[in-house]
Amino acid sequence: MDYLSMKAKAGRTWNFLENLPQPLIQIGMGTCGKAAGAAAVLDAVKQTLKKIHYLGRVMEVGCIGLCYLEPLMAVRKPGRPFIYYGDLTPEKTEEILSRYILEDDPSPRLAACTLGDASVEGIPGFHELPMIRPQVRIALRNCGLIDPENIDHYIARGGYSGLERALQMQPEDVIGEIKDSGLRGRGGAGFPTGLKWEFAAKSPSQTKYIVCNADEGDPGAFMDRSLLESDPHAVLEGMLIGAYAIGSAEGYIYVRAEYPLAIQRIETALEQMRTYGLLEKGILDSRFKFQVHIQQGAGAFVCGEETALMASIQGSRGMPRSRPPFPAHSGLWEKPTNINNVETFSNVSAILEKGANWYAGFGTEKSRGTKTFSLAGKVKRTGLIEVPMGIRLGEIIEGIGGGGAKGKKLKAVQTGGPSGGCIPMSHRDLSVDYESLAAAGSIMGSGGMVVLDEDTCIADIARYFLTFTQSESCGKCLPCRLGTKQMLDILEDICKGRGKPEDLELLEGLCKTIQKGSLCGLGQTAPNPVLSTLRYFRSEYDAHVRDAKCPAGVCKPLFHYEIDQEKCNGCGVCARKCQSRAIVGEKKAPHRILQDNCVKCGECYQACKFQAIGIH
Amino acid sequence: MEASRFKSLTKEDSFEIRQLLMQIQEEYQGRPDELIPVLQKAQKKLGYLPENVLLEIARFTKLSAATVFGVATFYEQFRFHPIGKHTIRVCRGTACHVRGSDKILDEIDSRLHLAPGDTSNDRLFTLETVACFGSCALAPVVVVDDTVKGRMNPSETVKTLQNIKKESDKS
Repeated sequence: MDYLSMKAKAGRTWNFLENLPQPLIQIGMGTCGKAAGAAAVLDAVKQTLKKIHYLGRVMEVGCIGLCYLEPLMAVRKPGRPFIYYGDLTPEKTEEILSRYILEDDPSPRLAACTLGDASVEGIPGFHELPMIRPQVRIALRNCGLIDPENIDHYIARGGYSGLERALQMQPEDVIGEIKDSGLRGRGGAGFPTGLKWEFAAKSPSQTKYIVCNADEGDPGAFMDRSLLESDPHAVLEGMLIGAYAIGSAEGYIYVRAEYPLAIQRIETALEQMRTYGLLEKGILDSRFKFQVHIQQGAGAFVCGEETALMASIQGSRGMPRSRPPFPAHSGLWEKPTNINNVETFSNVSAILEKGANWYAGFGTEKSRGTKTFSLAGKVKRTGLIEVPMGIRLGEIIEGIGGGGAKGKKLKAVQTGGPSGGCIPMSHRDLSVDYESLAAAGSIMGSGGMVVLDEDTCIADIARYFLTFTQSESCGKCLPCRLGTKQMLDILEDICKGRGKPEDLELLEGLCKTIQKGSLCGLGQTAPNPVLSTLRYFRSEYDAHVRDAKCPAGVCKPLFHYEIDQEKCNGCGVCARKCQSRAIVGEKKAPHRILQDNCVKCGECYQACKFQAIGIH
Repeated sequence: MEASRFKSLTKEDSFEIRQLLMQIQEEYQGRPDELIPVLQKAQKKLGYLPENVLLEIARFTKLSAATVFGVATFYEQFRFHPIGKHTIRVCRGTACHVRGSDKILDEIDSRLHLAPGDTSNDRLFTLETVACFGSCALAPVVVVDDTVKGRMNPSETVKTLQNIKKESDKS
């Protein structure tokens, strides 16, 4: 099919939906939405429409990023904007829906926001929300707005026009366009994408491969999953453009087996592309041909490293090798290979659609464009966000995230997962770009951003990451294999109250050796969580090794709970919560904790509404 | 495809395994780079990878048994023991960790005496941990079979498992 007829067909589908004479109801059915109970809400919507005998179009969409409000429903009556309702239950859904449809009462008190041209009294607009205002959505442009299983929706919103434009350009001009845009690898390392493509393009070979790295292994990161689930064509279009630019006719998508919905969405998308003539021979009636395979990752963090990833595609253990040769010269089956991350490809399709200058208008001098983050942990508003590079860290945590949940004081932000570090909240003016984050001792990483509060123990976080890197170390090189084990042993000692003051220096020395001596990124960056926490939170480590105290109340041998006899009013909530029968006391009289029975599970501490339970 | 390729199969091999190997022969060509997808297919069907199946896969992909075992044990996804009727997977991602997923594991251990990797004596549950499910905004996350449950806590998790047990005792 040629582009114009494709566009015309898609336009008809989209216009029909836009001018629908019936209500349109969208439910966010990404993995997060489903985890929060979206399937039951979807069911309730269908049942309600049946019950009130009202014709309505129900549409499953991806993730709009307001994860803290999941499950979410958006309702649009003809000529009105969408109204979003969050925190739904099946009962609430039925009530809201029938009231709005039958009585024209939009229940403003229960609504989160509106989206569309018009406004509804008493409900803020989507773009006025504090969570959305600082955001610029490029990679996530369609997420939550279209049906990810309908290619027409993607095309109607400008999809595949970037590919259409690229195919009319010379491959080297496409590379030039990406270079001009300043796009850098969104997998975390930040290598300029255009330059990477140029290396692969200049490598002489009949056969070349292009790989989409969707092995999102960082614990605490879910941008790529959301993007693939919510808008798979944006990624696939970028991949096709890359293939054309470097002269490749075959590609692989390496995606985690833990993401079944993302895999299913890619499969559906590829099928539709075949029907529309966007795969195999004669793509968009040109001479460009391309085919793509899906390879499921089998659960090895190190496979996010490009040489390990290639070994895994070839059926071997995912062990990295030293570079050079770089994949651009000798990659999959010794052929030139180009590997980019999911988000990079989604940006590529946007750049080819709207131009390099438009894209370069966002961000900072050295870090152009936008970056997606998965904002999680102890903030009020968790979600999937996309912000221009150079935004202040504080604007993300306090503006978008709304500060600490449950009124707790925030301590640090962890970026870059096990390869990154913890940045203290005192750095709220730090510019979020590749260079500034590295200077602060962390990394941009793929976009995990986990917020830690006063109840999080810094030594425990370092131990947590080392447990992860140690078990994920592939074992090939010694500094990583044995070094991470030694670091973990020391950190275990510190968390169990066996730490000694001199351990901290030993730890620092080890970190430096592992950084310098390891073969691949996994080992080279494994010390980052330890080094950054030692740099900013030394006093907390000191409390562990000198005073045998865990100020945050996480390391069990180093603290105990006590009930403040002044503050306790004897409501008994804590005693009811306690599964170990460790809390005793008369009704309406101060309670106390039997230390021998207490397992320090923390349920009482969480449950007490009067802050009467303290950490000692 | 000659039938002799699977001649080491004995009578005790269940019907299911033979059928699986037949399917694998039909779908794949036996190239070494197909090893991981073939292992994934076998595990999906059987729930785990028995030794004789690994040996057959080695023969099929023309790789040494050592290579196949090496690859299978390298990746977290593959199991070598039969699993329980229900798989409980607790997410150990960063967001889940800071929101108390270790406490969920502690509670399961103290109430149901299951540690990660264990299968209960009645073969009802297998407990596993996963590095990250990518549902961090709803931390902590527990996945019971294929149902992702967000915003969990220790007592809620144990309650869910006890309910499954009650249901199964009834039937």
